[in-house]
Amino acid sequence: MNSKISRREALAGGAAACASSAVLLRPAEAAVGKPAAAQAALMKFTGGKTPTKGSLKLSLPQIAENGNTVPMGVSVDSPMTAANHVEEIRVFVTKNPLPIAVSFLFTPESGKAAASTHIRLAATQDVSAVARLSDGTFLIDTRNCKVTIGGCGG
Amino acid sequence: MAIPRFRVPATAKKGDVIAIKTLIQHPMDSGFLKDKSGKIIPRMIINHFDCKYLGKVIFTAKLEPSISANPFIEFYARAEADGDFEFTWIDDKGTVTKAKAPIKVTA
Repeated sequence: MNSKISRREALAGGAAACASSAVLLRPAEAAVGKPAAAQAALMKFTGGKTPTKGSLKLSLPQIAENGNTVPMGVSVDSPMTAANHVEEIRVFVTKNPLPIAVSFLFTPESGKAAASTHIRLAATQDVSAVARLSDGTFLIDTRNCKVTIGGCGG
Repeated sequence: MAIPRFRVPATAKKGDVIAIKTLIQHPMDSGFLKDKSGKIIPRMIINHFDCKYLGKVIFTAKLEPSISANPFIEFYARAEADGDFEFTWIDDKGTVTKAKAPIKVTA
């Protein structure tokens, strides 16, 4: 009798095993970034200037079912002339292990200050795009994206 | 192996702003994931992309581990003259992948 394992015990043991393996498969917790790191990276990019809201538009779904590949686009209404154009748009993520997701560098020959890609989001978080214009001013747009299944490791 | 794909219009009118789409096969290992034995999979991503047109780099993207596997990038260019769009991808090991697409520009 003692050597036998009851059904109840077997189930409990199995559940515990599942829980521990689930922990092992998660990305290193210590690597998950903090919003402060994104804020610091943003301030470094702007040289301490506070970016203003303007014609910069960040497009991101409100809800992403799969955090491994979330469509993300940025655009600024700009004439893109030598005298007045967007030089760079940098995208900051608040809860991924690293604060910067991507930087796009434009030239007047780009014709249009817009680009898009797919990003990973580790968890529900705010994403900010910051644009540096040729006149030295900065624009910002921030959007929140709810992530159902995190893109581990992003 | 990194296999690039891209879409560029074959012809355009001078001055038109055209959309360019590129995609390259790459795992984009972020360096934060562990494999089944618990070992960290080392970081291995494409960290640089640029596009050259008429002898000048017109667009650059600096990619970080937050970019999804098989990185897709869409951007724009102003059609000025006949020529090639030359794409360059560089990964962490320094492997360079190049591709080019011609365009005919009408007046």
